Amino acid sequence: MDLAGLIAFNVVTGIATLCLITIGLGVIYGMMRIINLAHGELMMLGAFTCIIATEAGINIWISIFVLSPLVVGIIGLVLERTIIRFLYGRILDTMLATWGMSIGLTGLIVTVFGNNVRTLANPAPSFGIGAYSTSLYGLVIVAVAVGALGSLFALLRLTKFGLILRATMERPGMAAALGIKPDTVYMATFALGSALAGMAGAVLAPISGVSPVMGVAYITRAFITVLGGGAAIVTGTGLASMLFGTIDELVSFKASPVIGSVAMLMTAVVLIRIFPTGITGRFLRRSL
Amino acid sequence: MTSHSLGRFLDQYGGAGSFLSVCLLLILVMFGLPLFVSTFGLLQVTILAVMSIFALSQGFVWGFAGIMSFGQAGFLGLGAYAYAVAVINYGDSTLAVPISIILPMLFAAVMGYFMFYGRISDAYVGVITLTVSVILFQLINSTSGSQYRIGVVELGGFNGIPAIPPLNLIGDPSRPLDQTGIWYATMGGLLLVYSLLRFILMSRFGRVVVAIRENETRAQLIGYDPRLFKLLAFVIGAGIAGLAGCLYVNWAGYISPGVFALTMSAQAIIFVLVGGLGTLLGPILGAVLIQWLINTIGDQGTVDPGLGLGIILVAFVLLFPKGIVPLVQAAIQQALTLRKRNVGSPLPVDADPLQSGAE
Repeated sequence: MDLAGLIAFNVVTGIATLCLITIGLGVIYGMMRIINLAHGELMMLGAFTCIIATEAGINIWISIFVLSPLVVGIIGLVLERTIIRFLYGRILDTMLATWGMSIGLTGLIVTVFGNNVRTLANPAPSFGIGAYSTSLYGLVIVAVAVGALGSLFALLRLTKFGLILRATMERPGMAAALGIKPDTVYMATFALGSALAGMAGAVLAPISGVSPVMGVAYITRAFITVLGGGAAIVTGTGLASMLFGTIDELVSFKASPVIGSVAMLMTAVVLIRIFPTGITGRFLRRSL
Repeated sequence: MTSHSLGRFLDQYGGAGSFLSVCLLLILVMFGLPLFVSTFGLLQVTILAVMSIFALSQGFVWGFAGIMSFGQAGFLGLGAYAYAVAVINYGDSTLAVPISIILPMLFAAVMGYFMFYGRISDAYVGVITLTVSVILFQLINSTSGSQYRIGVVELGGFNGIPAIPPLNLIGDPSRPLDQTGIWYATMGGLLLVYSLLRFILMSRFGRVVVAIRENETRAQLIGYDPRLFKLLAFVIGAGIAGLAGCLYVNWAGYISPGVFALTMSAQAIIFVLVGGLGTLLGPILGAVLIQWLINTIGDQGTVDPGLGLGIILVAFVLLFPKGIVPLVQAAIQQALTLRKRNVGSPLPVDADPLQSGAE
């Protein structure tokens, strides 16, 4: 019974982690049809911002929820203005360019900070599930994931900004004719996606450790989830995270985390063979 | 016909002349270099040739078949590990070499079936190939401990497999190749792969593959199954990458999961992009140029090579998406047409007489 409780807790945490890893990528892919191969490195930058800020004496929660998204959002903005905006509509070229950004950012951080792993103290106490003890930080991750998905949904569905965003993605020409600058909207979307990636990296930093090459560990999971989820950002990310997160945690518990990734990948490949456009490409098409 | 399409036409079908001159050049380098360079120098040049073969596999799959494979390093690594495991188990490289080519091909066939018969888009192919190569890396990385062994070989996880015997004369394990022998074998492999690809591209099969890259729907309406042709092209590319992996092990003498790493796949992409998409000479030149650059930056040691690679990749995507070889071809083409005009060949109908008079 205790074990079942622990596993259930881990599955929920795993799903939330997957949501967090994916959401920034999902915003950029779902809205702009850009597959951002530098996503993992944006998360890495978020984690680095967080660790540098806390080492400078700033409160860890402020570092995670304010500084990291802000800094990485600005970096995303700069990258969009200097590189991405010249490649809109050329999906394969944007993949190559973002891959270049990914390698370059890793190289830059290795050059500046050296290639080593740093650790961030876990700010949450541990608690017991029966005979087992686990960290309360899992609950923080769940809360952040639910909060992020919820506010993204509210932003897109309830605010004027969200309406403009969705309109521009549906019909850029018509939106432009109505006086909206698509260029500005794309810029804002990319910055938003980057900020979410930065926050995710920072939230997960106390668990994962911080190193220049940590991005690679995230991108496979993030890509699999986005591919499986399809175009709808909130629903797709949520549903795919539930499916893959459950598989990942259960298989990881039975075998090892690497085998968990393999199981996720195989599920995704079979899923894509059946639904080439992901879950929300087939079901719930009108969802967000 | 524009100068660009003419250049591409020449590269593909302009046939015998350029093919023979490239072969001649490769043979000259193959036999000439050992006369001038020390064994240590030869060792450093061998890796350039290995990377050229790897680049050709990417160049064929991406440049001619139009498949966005972002995970060629997966096949390089599979070939390398297959060779290492087989050669240690058999104590003879005669069977190990074909195994190192066939295993990646089988793996690519399974992967390609799901990708191409699932009819997923180009971008998704990129993502899946990339993801698979990363997971292979993680998988091999986690095989430390004596329970992970194939035959007598421990896979060794992060540390890899040490002391792998080099190629030997066919069927005679008592006569292994020395460093110069490995150089000849590598250059021979490069020559073979280059000729094979030229042959494939001139054949009916190759033309269909290129036709599918140009217009998949039209090729399908004519009666060719794009899925099958893409799958076959992907499998051929994987075999070539496997051979590169086998030769890589022979160059290095050991193998670690690093061959599966994402930067390895990125390097292949950069080789092709810098050299020229849709050419065979381009990837070879790109590989030599970029690998030499990486080695130089790596030796110097203050800057991480990744920083340079990333900047090169972004710069070429933004500024020279066609790469060097087509750029040079276009320039030569332009120079030739200008010269023709100056010599006084009949003017094109639409040429402005005033303008050509001013030249």
